[in-house]
Amino acid sequence: MQTLNFLKPNRDNIKNYSITGSLLILVSLIDVISNAFFKINLTSFLPGSLTTLFPLIIGLIGLNMMRIDYSGNKTLDLLNKNINTNNFNALLTLLILFSIIKALPQSLSWMILDATISGDSKDACTGTGACWTYIKVWFRRFMYGMYPNEFHWRINTAFILVIALGFVGYFMKENLKKYLALYYVIIYPVIAYLVIYYLISGGSFGLQWVETGAWGGLSLTFIVSFFCLIFCFPLGMIFALGRRSNLPAIKYISICYIEFWRGVPLITVLFMSSVMFPMFLPEDFFMDKLVRVIIAITLFEAAYCAEVIRGGLQSLPRGQYDAAKSLGMGYWKMHIFVILPQALKLVIPGIANTFLALVKDTPLIFVVGLAELAGMLALAKTNPKWLGFAMEGYIFASIIFWIICYAMSKYSYNLEAKYKTER
Amino acid sequence: MSDPIIKIQNMNKWFGDFQVLKNINLEVEANKKIVVCGPSGSGKSTLIRCINRLEEHQEGDIIVDGNELSEKTKDIEKIRAEVGMVFQQFNLFPHLSILDNCTLAPIWVKKMPKKEAQELALDQLKKVQIDDQANKFPGQLSGGQQQRCAIARALCMQPKIMLFDEPTSALDPEMIKEVLDAMVSLAKGGMTMIVVTHEMGFAKEVADEVIFMDEGMIIEKADTKDFFANPKSDRTKLFLSQIL
Repeated sequence: MQTLNFLKPNRDNIKNYSITGSLLILVSLIDVISNAFFKINLTSFLPGSLTTLFPLIIGLIGLNMMRIDYSGNKTLDLLNKNINTNNFNALLTLLILFSIIKALPQSLSWMILDATISGDSKDACTGTGACWTYIKVWFRRFMYGMYPNEFHWRINTAFILVIALGFVGYFMKENLKKYLALYYVIIYPVIAYLVIYYLISGGSFGLQWVETGAWGGLSLTFIVSFFCLIFCFPLGMIFALGRRSNLPAIKYISICYIEFWRGVPLITVLFMSSVMFPMFLPEDFFMDKLVRVIIAITLFEAAYCAEVIRGGLQSLPRGQYDAAKSLGMGYWKMHIFVILPQALKLVIPGIANTFLALVKDTPLIFVVGLAELAGMLALAKTNPKWLGFAMEGYIFASIIFWIICYAMSKYSYNLEAKYKTER
Repeated sequence: MSDPIIKIQNMNKWFGDFQVLKNINLEVEANKKIVVCGPSGSGKSTLIRCINRLEEHQEGDIIVDGNELSEKTKDIEKIRAEVGMVFQQFNLFPHLSILDNCTLAPIWVKKMPKKEAQELALDQLKKVQIDDQANKFPGQLSGGQQQRCAIARALCMQPKIMLFDEPTSALDPEMIKEVLDAMVSLAKGGMTMIVVTHEMGFAKEVADEVIFMDEGMIIEKADTKDFFANPKSDRTKLFLSQIL
């Protein structure tokens, strides 16, 4: 490596070196960009494989010239510290950068430039790009499933009502704040259930009955996720406390519950809920498929929630229990006022994790014949009139799921910041 | 002579196979101040944790304010509410403000109206001179301030007895004094106190009796003056020569 020493900068000549280095990198970037976007090969005068390797070599030399332990220049130091620590890292940096640049024009032209969105049948899609017409035509199905078009307002109204009721907590009066937990754990789910039952299911108040088999699309994703999230959390909390209980019966029931549900795959649980479970019910007793599925997912995810919450409970120092006890608090007061507020705050990231997994598990309800967003996609892509657009559909679904999940994780960060009282 | 408020008879305690407390006999009269000292691992903390049943003893009797502590004791919470405790690590509730730390137990355990509890808390905080910090969170306070808040929190339950478990051991030297000052003024107010501490200056100033413990046994129990002037056992002499 002695021979390369003449390319090594020191603090006196770093200015010249970094300028030359950046020029070299610029040249390599121009070469790659012109190659990818305009199909012009600037280095065609070079022999064979050197043409392809040219930008890499030039870029490496450039980065090598800029590498210095400490220069005093913030941007340069940041660059050196993060992506230019040695030749290998510099090579990786360049490779990643160039691959992105190379991939950009194709994906751009497929997704936007050559894509079709006009028209309302498959014939409109003649270009080489994506066929967003497919998404446009099927949009209502993806959102509402097989729910009759003329009743979509019922779903929208129900959702707006449920969301509005969810915000009640923010506007509650100070003296009612102590009932907040009661409201969210019991009253709110019941009201939400009634709203969804009477508005979306219908059957009374002059609204036509729509059976749950026709529900679907994104709205079904929301309904399933909503009820599962809202029920699995308190249930998980109970089992987390149960597992740490001193009473053997409660303790072992909790352990059995958690280990059972964590040990079986969700997909078999869903099968059981729709195939086996009705067999154990009395003949005249009917429970809707959707309700059974929601119960199954709730019980399943509650086990995961329980373990996450138990982790939080265990991370609290024993002194907190001692202090609460020494003030004369019993088990419930100690847990409600001292232990759980701290433990739940600690497990926000873990709970967010579980909740995100839950939302992304909802497509599995397809196995019992309920078609939420991903399920509707699977149906749509096998429609004879619209064969061959699976790609567009899955990209669309990914984007929707990403938006939902990203919003949830952002919200969990906000919660963490809101309840941060240490230091 | 009145009945002792705390009475411990032939008490033994094990952690697994290891006997931490051996044949403890102790009587504490109301309004007396007792200092418990001894080398680490001698069972001092365990002893006072037994008095409000944060630890369970296996043999013997502990009677606190006329109530016997045992597995059969029903309202253990009621007895604990009468016995305040201050810990080495403060153990404030980090998610609550200083004021809420002090009002939590009076409101929910003693069912005191919120307003009354807040007045009481501010009063107690004023006595330990941190009433100006009432709306901060424990994490924003220095160790000395946190420990004084812990004392105020315990006092808000208006206990009959106060237990201190090495209250100054986790503090920087310059903060020890402010905590000891708060304890001295509490002692002068007539509170029954049992203090586990290595602060011999505090013992000399406040204590009526000093108990020296080693290896789970009470080696020596004497009036403060006698204890420091002419200790009886050799073990006590050795300990005092090392600590003073």
